Amino acid sequence: MQKLIKNINYIWNKFKSDRKLFWDELEEQMVSGDVSINTVSGILEEVKKKSYSENIDNPEKIKLLIKKQVIEILKSDGDTMLNISPVLPTVFMIVGVNGSGKTTSAAKLANLFKNTGKKVLLSAADTYRAAAAEQLQHYADKLELDMVCHQKYSDPGAVVYDSIEKAKAKGIDLVIIDTAGRMQTSHNLMEELGKIKKVAAGKIKRDVDEILLVVDSTTGQNAKNQAEIFNNSLNLTGIILTKTDSTSKGGIILTIKNDLNIPVKMFTDGEKISNICYFNSEKFTDSLFF
Amino acid sequence: MFEALTDKFENLFYKIRNRGKLSPGDMDAALREIKLTLLEADVNFKVVREFLENVREKATGEKVLESLTAYQQIVKIVNEEVIKMLGSSSGNISFVPGGPTIIMMVGLQGSGKTSSVIKLANFIKAGLKKKVSIVAADVYRPAAVQQLEDMAKNIDVGVFSKNDSRPVPLIEEGIELLKKAGSDVIIIDTAGRLQVNEEMMNEIADIKRKIKPHSIYLVLDAMTGQEAVNIAYGFNKRVDYDGIILTKLDSDTRGGAALSVYYMVKKQIKFISSGEGIEDFDIFHPDRIASRILGMGDIVTLAEKAEKAVSEKEAKKIEEKIYKNELNFEDFISQLKSIKKIGSVDKLFSMMPSIAGKNKIFKKANLDDRYLGRIEAIINSMTVGERRKPHIINGSRKKRIARGCGCSITEINRLLKQFDKTKQMLRRFSGMKGKKEINLSDF
Repeated sequence: MQKLIKNINYIWNKFKSDRKLFWDELEEQMVSGDVSINTVSGILEEVKKKSYSENIDNPEKIKLLIKKQVIEILKSDGDTMLNISPVLPTVFMIVGVNGSGKTTSAAKLANLFKNTGKKVLLSAADTYRAAAAEQLQHYADKLELDMVCHQKYSDPGAVVYDSIEKAKAKGIDLVIIDTAGRMQTSHNLMEELGKIKKVAAGKIKRDVDEILLVVDSTTGQNAKNQAEIFNNSLNLTGIILTKTDSTSKGGIILTIKNDLNIPVKMFTDGEKISNICYFNSEKFTDSLFF
Repeated sequence: MFEALTDKFENLFYKIRNRGKLSPGDMDAALREIKLTLLEADVNFKVVREFLENVREKATGEKVLESLTAYQQIVKIVNEEVIKMLGSSSGNISFVPGGPTIIMMVGLQGSGKTSSVIKLANFIKAGLKKKVSIVAADVYRPAAVQQLEDMAKNIDVGVFSKNDSRPVPLIEEGIELLKKAGSDVIIIDTAGRLQVNEEMMNEIADIKRKIKPHSIYLVLDAMTGQEAVNIAYGFNKRVDYDGIILTKLDSDTRGGAALSVYYMVKKQIKFISSGEGIEDFDIFHPDRIASRILGMGDIVTLAEKAEKAVSEKEAKKIEEKIYKNELNFEDFISQLKSIKKIGSVDKLFSMMPSIAGKNKIFKKANLDDRYLGRIEAIINSMTVGERRKPHIINGSRKKRIARGCGCSITEINRLLKQFDKTKQMLRRFSGMKGKKEINLSDF
């Protein structure tokens, strides 16, 4: 991850005579981190107000004010830990657009919980993409996990039904459902996801414990559309931010949190199966600023 | 495709147009509006800066503000600048005489390399009648080879793969073998990699050095944000690719970042990919996309697709009927069937020219394929006489039709009304026949 704001001292001095240009430059820098222009304007308005009312003329202090605003946005009221049910099995559903990193994230999550001693089952509900089940099977074999999969093009709802059935019979702690990638604009496929959720919820007689949207951190403003539409049809519980080992700043998550109040819960940062972490808003903000 | 950018420009120009002459303040407002639009569309901020500079300079030079047609002139300038930003040439593949032509795909994880390999293979095989084969050189992602093999089977293209091999010897062996088998074109699928991963970038540079492919394409997700320019730069530095394949254009992305790529790296977007189907793959036309962005619609693509779906004779017949105002429900239903051949209604509308806000009206009307199915049902419940002479449909006939198709009378009334309107609209459009380009001043 690279810094959201660079050389603040330099631009402060450069635009000594015209402070408007200083703020414009900050705006541009933040927008270039994929934060939406609306979110940026909101943050800078607040910071401007404060810096004028408190007569702040130190760029480092302004940077701190911006940072405070960012933490304010990213901070969650609730718990950002993943929701574990007291009644077995806990069910997580992984959703997202094509190529965002769903299957890899599902495998990384499975590994994370396996390492804490949980029994994990992978549910291959992507019955559409060629070799999707094979890819998941590879991880299941490697991690020695149970997996349920059906034939290609079969009903993903049935895969989920069987997965939870099997999980109950075998005393599995956690079922992770990997779904097929879909564009949020595809109405029918979004309805299909709703159906998968319903099957899962019906089977465990409560809401699905986590419905996690996988967002590629190199995505631009479209990530907000993704979050909005997936949230409308599924009530997302959080986001997994992937590919954070790129130079992209993933600034769009600020906008998603600010506008839709969907928190990032996990992030992934590499090719290794262990490259997954719980998201910490302060640490993330630190990485954006220092 | 690029819907939001189109909508924004439409609204912006609608606002300006209603006021006629522009003040200097209007110019600033217009530029600011364009700036926000482009940034929200993920266009790189450096590109936006230059774009605005160019527009302002040209507008001043051409004394736009003093003109009574300021609106048209700004639209023209913006249009020209967008086209400039998109590059100029269309995608084409140069084949090596004596062959085989070797094409390599590179890109980030999840950008759509494997799907693009298959779609390009199909494009070359079906469209250009060449013998195509594939080398599966993604040795890292589990089941990547299997995915490629499954998809290649559907288009009847051979795949070379090998377990436990490094990419370079694998590709060398594959090319050797496929050459002997008489392939005209060999496409190499490589593993996804981040442009900042030194080790993986060394690997791809090494592959290029040793294999010497004739063309290298960077596969780029159209939803990519400001990072797009870094990706394009990063790969360019190490493998100096020949062009870009832009994927996932079936999303509602504004695609702006991808547009900045040409401007910043001077590498042309050659192909676009816009759906899950193998045929959702096309040559990139900068001018078409530019006119789409500016709300003029992609009429040329639409016309080409329609040409494939409707025979010329049939089209002439319809045209005549439209002109004489004799269009009836029998023609309507045959047109519906042609629409289905062209693709989904959504796709069709995304290519239509639109006047400010009209896109939204279409969206509100919820014109999806299911709706077309209902229209078909209503028409099928009409007698031949009713279909030929819709004006004879009276109250009792409506009742009978409603019973026949299970619709309400309101729905039938709506269809009849819409049909009348469509007839009027088509008559107006038929006056424009023969015009391949739609002029800005027409809207």
